[in-house]
Amino acid sequence: MTALIPLPIAIPLLAAAISVIVGRSRQAQRVIGLVALASTTAISIALLIGADRDGILVAQSGGWPAPIGISLVVDRLSGIMLVTSALMLLAVLIFAIGQGGVERQHVAFHPMYLVLASGVAASLTTGDLFNLFVAFEMMLAASYVLITMGGRADQVRSGMTYVVISLVASTFFIVVLALVYTATGTVNFADLAGRIPQLPQGTQVMFAVALLVVFGIKAGLFPLFFWLPDSYPTAPGPVTAIFAGLLTKVGVYAIIRTQTLLFPAEAQLGTLLLVVASLTMAVGVFGAIAQDDMKRILSFHIVSQIGYMIFALGLFTVAGLAAAVFYTFNNIILKTSLLLVTGLVERRGGSSRLSEVGGLVRGAPLLGLMFALPALSLAGLPPFGGFVAKFAVFDAGVQSSEWVVVGVAAFVSLLTLYSMTKIWAGAFWGDPDDRPRQRPDTSDTLGGPALMMASTAAVVVIGVAVMIFARPLYSLSERAAEDLLEPIRYVSAVMGGRP
Amino acid sequence: MKRLLVVDTSVRVVFHSILVLSLYFLFAGHNQPGGGFVGGLTAGAAISFRYVAGGVAEVRRAFPLRPWTIMGGGLLIGVLTAILPILSGNALLEHAAWEADIAILGTVKATSALPFDIGVYLVVLGLILMMFEAFGDDEAIDEAVGASVRGDALEADSVVSDLFELEQIRELQLRRSRRDQL
Repeated sequence: MTALIPLPIAIPLLAAAISVIVGRSRQAQRVIGLVALASTTAISIALLIGADRDGILVAQSGGWPAPIGISLVVDRLSGIMLVTSALMLLAVLIFAIGQGGVERQHVAFHPMYLVLASGVAASLTTGDLFNLFVAFEMMLAASYVLITMGGRADQVRSGMTYVVISLVASTFFIVVLALVYTATGTVNFADLAGRIPQLPQGTQVMFAVALLVVFGIKAGLFPLFFWLPDSYPTAPGPVTAIFAGLLTKVGVYAIIRTQTLLFPAEAQLGTLLLVVASLTMAVGVFGAIAQDDMKRILSFHIVSQIGYMIFALGLFTVAGLAAAVFYTFNNIILKTSLLLVTGLVERRGGSSRLSEVGGLVRGAPLLGLMFALPALSLAGLPPFGGFVAKFAVFDAGVQSSEWVVVGVAAFVSLLTLYSMTKIWAGAFWGDPDDRPRQRPDTSDTLGGPALMMASTAAVVVIGVAVMIFARPLYSLSERAAEDLLEPIRYVSAVMGGRP
Repeated sequence: MKRLLVVDTSVRVVFHSILVLSLYFLFAGHNQPGGGFVGGLTAGAAISFRYVAGGVAEVRRAFPLRPWTIMGGGLLIGVLTAILPILSGNALLEHAAWEADIAILGTVKATSALPFDIGVYLVVLGLILMMFEAFGDDEAIDEAVGASVRGDALEADSVVSDLFELEQIRELQLRRSRRDQL
């Protein structure tokens, strides 16, 4: 089983290499991409099952034992995230193939997408702070290319913001990394977990805050989210979907991993996280209300939703962390499906601006259904998966008597529902106020090309499956949370019993 | 493109010695300063000489393989050396070393880190080739520069305004293709 651990990183990278070589044949690139991501998905599922059954799986790369070599670790949290991300990457690739567009025009789309997949898997499996930096860089380098693909002036402009802010974050990350290494003499997570508690408490808190800032920029926490709603919407449709669904949540994963594993209870940033979470939730949702463009509304909601995950994390209880894990993977699925539907709306209505599209439900009822299910789930209406996730967060908050934050979260929920009904009323009901800038494409009876519809439907169905299997999935999240609150399990699995 | 005899000749002399130096860096990298990345960059410096001397055509003549083939091949070699140990039941990236006595060279140590470094070398080389491919040649700019060097301001001006029109036509084409795309 441990031999499988490096494969979600290695297979997409190998496929990217072959994809570059066969660049002239788009058909070959497609086959390679699909085969690679499908096998990654299968391996990820096997890893999650293995980690759930046998406990934490560890592979030491190069055969060097723990603090010397780079450890690759799959525990339940990593496993859940791996499976979710692999499924989304596969679905979005199918969507991109169906859409044509950048996928057909650019030889670099497939290789870069695969490098992105590899970087995501590397971020999720690494047990080493420096390796996490490398994995982030892989992800970012690929995302720089993907976000500006198409080369429109507005893309390059907002791409610049994205590149600059990511470079600033990376620079800060490497500085923090150097400080951590100077203070402790190691970058291995498990080793750090033993050595950071020996540092003076002020230093510990400084490291905790510094790492929160580094990953907060990536995750889009208040007040570091400002780049996000500006740069994501201009990317090509499928790229926006995968960035919105996945990349910010990889940042959230890194926050959860570092805050729970590396720092002892007295250096944990409980209150700070709760304050940041409330502000992130509120500012994100208020930003969304002011927008007219579907992609921009949903981008602001990414920020707002991140707040819920950080709120649940900030409680540092089993219930809270279980809620955070459940909320995170559920949100990846919802956000991806909503933005895929937006891509379809843009194609069918000629625009993603609510003032320029309207009445889509008449010609394409299926599109309306595929929007309604994840939208209601995102707003937290029962019986959807989003309700379970939100209920878990509220329940955990109430157990810890964090009434103010629970109140903010409930209020933000209402505003989320308002935003979703606004999109529904604007895009699916009524008539457009202005003419769309592009010609609407209403040739398909279904609402879009079959591949795009099928892949979007698949993600929506996965979202519905979360609702149906909410109970086993929640208890899996709970087991993951128990692991997170017992860092000793992680440490002893990686270090092989040595302190 | 106007070729300069002095540049052409000196590049011909220097080019191969720099390539040999880059190979030395590649092989020495295991125990001494150097390695695939440094070697690749050195080879890139050699290519830049060819580019300066004769433009993209000259670079293509120096490396008949297409840049993406070199880059993809390098990445492929790198990833394969990482994965192969797993197939034989070892850890990812696990390396082996061999020593052999070879006539003249003496004892030679070879490690499986070398293929990985070769992969890195090829990726860097491919990337640099791709960059020069992207820079390309701009005949019109050359003409304008040439004219202004000759002191022919009028001709330089007309070429520059041609360039301007060319740019506008390109912009229009780009817009049209984008509209088709969407």
